[in-house]
Amino acid sequence: MTDTAIIEARDVVLSFGQTPALRGADVAVNAGEILAVMGPSGSGKSTLLHCLAGILLPDSGEIHFAGRRLDSMGEAERSTLRRDRFGFVFQFGQLVPELTAEENVALPLLLGGTRRAEALKQARTWFGRLGLDGLEQRRSGELSGGQAQRVALARGLVNRPEILFADEPTGSLDSLTGEQVMDLMVTVAREQGTTVVLVTHEPRVAAYADREVIVRDGRVHSLAAEGIGAERIGAERIGAERTGS
Amino acid sequence: MYGHSMSVPLTLLGLLERAPSHGYDLKRDYDAVFGRGKPLPFGQVYATLGRLARDGKVVISDVEPGDGPERKRYIITELGATEVETWLTDPVEPEPHLQTVLFTKVVLALMLDRPAAHYLDTQRAAHLKRMRELTEIKRSGSLVDALLADHGLFHLEADLRWIELTAARLDALAREVRR
Repeated sequence: MTDTAIIEARDVVLSFGQTPALRGADVAVNAGEILAVMGPSGSGKSTLLHCLAGILLPDSGEIHFAGRRLDSMGEAERSTLRRDRFGFVFQFGQLVPELTAEENVALPLLLGGTRRAEALKQARTWFGRLGLDGLEQRRSGELSGGQAQRVALARGLVNRPEILFADEPTGSLDSLTGEQVMDLMVTVAREQGTTVVLVTHEPRVAAYADREVIVRDGRVHSLAAEGIGAERIGAERIGAERTGS
Repeated sequence: MYGHSMSVPLTLLGLLERAPSHGYDLKRDYDAVFGRGKPLPFGQVYATLGRLARDGKVVISDVEPGDGPERKRYIITELGATEVETWLTDPVEPEPHLQTVLFTKVVLALMLDRPAAHYLDTQRAAHLKRMRELTEIKRSGSLVDALLADHGLFHLEADLRWIELTAARLDALAREVRR
């Protein structure tokens, strides 16, 4: 079942003090797939994202990335992995206010050792692509919410990550702006073959994904895996008729 | 779309207010913008135009003998234009859907001690699948396509919110309906 998974959580348990956040979460994401992780507030969906990304370590269970155990790596190795192979977009862009927009986009490259001129050159190619032309020198305080989130998206994608982790990426935006951000994210992810783990509680945002799972009470419910995917509804109806129920 | 069948005569009238038209052109314009994979049958177009003419909402001009009914040119009257104006101005009846199939299924499932949560999950998956389809239409189509897809998406989202809330209240609901 998990042959094509690029990242996977197996029976992950994590508590914050006495409060359990994940109680045996299983999820596998295929390479190139856009997966929406849905669920009510406090269900554990962001915690799951942080575990998959190696930001949080589970109390028990395993995280596998590209055939390796991410949960048994040291902090330095996980940090390198996050910098070089993962990208991140959060609800509030979290741009560095002292840096210009293009420096913010270039940041993952600079941290990875790319020379400044080259990093900025690569960063600038994103501005036209994301409709940000002319904003390269602005600081985050001089950008609208939608512009800032697109800059954050460019920063998340600039190092061509294998996996983009997006935690409520449209949560602070109005509907129209949010959809523009989602449209760009999906378009670029598909072009680059980037896998996306998208945490959202909004169905209209989740609808941009290929598939959704729901986190409830710290466990992952995969509708398809439980035999209640949309494609199975017809079969269930037929089954119900046969049994006369 | 709700009110689809009722709105056809008024939509045709509205298109005629833009410019007088032959039946064929009217049907083509309707299908292009409003048809959405459900083109109007010619019979319905001409029957509707006939009724509109009978009721004094359109008049027929430029009948060219021997060229058949499609050569009739339809022109909207003052009465017709007033009707379009009234229809556009009046708000659409909000549909509270107080007796939806979904509501009935949930309550009945609880009364019969069937797995209502499972039914809701199934419905959620079906809704999300449809939302993915509409999102794809929105991403690949025109702005008019997006407008219509958004209408569907917002309604499906409202259903999903109801599904979430209902799922969270199932135990309490079960106690109430099984009394």
